[in-house]
Amino acid sequence: MNWTWFHRLASPPHFYRIAGQLLPWFAIPAALLLLAGIYGGLVLAPPDYQQGDAYRIIYIHAPSAWLSLLCYTVMATAAFVGLVWRIKLAHAVAAATAPIGASFTALALATGSLWGRPMWGTWWEWDARLTSELILLFLYLGYMALRSAFDDLTRADRASALLAVVGVVNVPIIHFSVYWWNSLHQGTTVFKAQPSIPPSMLLPLLMCLLGSTLLYGALLCVRVRAEVLERERQASWLAGLVK
Amino acid sequence: MSDVGRFLAMGGYARFVWPAYALWAAVIAGNVWGAWRALDRARTRALRRLAARAHDAPDRSSS
Repeated sequence: MNWTWFHRLASPPHFYRIAGQLLPWFAIPAALLLLAGIYGGLVLAPPDYQQGDAYRIIYIHAPSAWLSLLCYTVMATAAFVGLVWRIKLAHAVAAATAPIGASFTALALATGSLWGRPMWGTWWEWDARLTSELILLFLYLGYMALRSAFDDLTRADRASALLAVVGVVNVPIIHFSVYWWNSLHQGTTVFKAQPSIPPSMLLPLLMCLLGSTLLYGALLCVRVRAEVLERERQASWLAGLVK
Repeated sequence: MSDVGRFLAMGGYARFVWPAYALWAAVIAGNVWGAWRALDRARTRALRRLAARAHDAPDRSSS
């Protein structure tokens, strides 16, 4: 198999340029999909027969929870690649993903709490899904704290990558927690053979999920470019690219 | 109650739904602002380093 494309992509100057070119292709569809999805979810979708209008929190809660898992998986994979193949760009991707993932994990917890209060009668429960999601937030915060604890970037990359890789075990635990333990949290609603919600509710949710994923792509493009500029301090190629 | 009033009331769940959406908007705005700020600062620092290097280069060659 020819890996030339991979080595070319892993080159910081090349990735910096590519990320700049990809940005509008992520950002514009993300904005359109999120606006349409939120409008559909808040205005067009009918109220739920059991939860009334409170269920509309799903249009921001589910995408936030999805991003919290996606970001961690990307972060841990990039950290693993950086550890094993010593690719600096992989560490830059992991470092750029952490603040995005942490913010969406906190958002998933907060919006879940706002949904849980009227539905379950409590803001918080030490339930398997909620607790494992809270652990995910601590893993993100630990990763960022560990990075900032080192002055030497190489040591910071390696130590934080180890934490990210070890912590990935929490991702399947979060996903399967509703099946492995008795949980207040509902099971899978969308990604199964027969989704549990009708198309009028499902379509805006899918738009929000896709829009959020593209938004993550756009944010990652910008943050990785910043990471590359900080890391390639002495590189002569910067002169031609920094405009 | 008007249509807008009914919409804003969210079937009696307004105090849960709207704060959730406000938080979502704040997190999106914070992420966009934070990412651009990080890039802007990295660019400024890179330009400063390049300018300092260009300034130092003739000194080194003359000494």
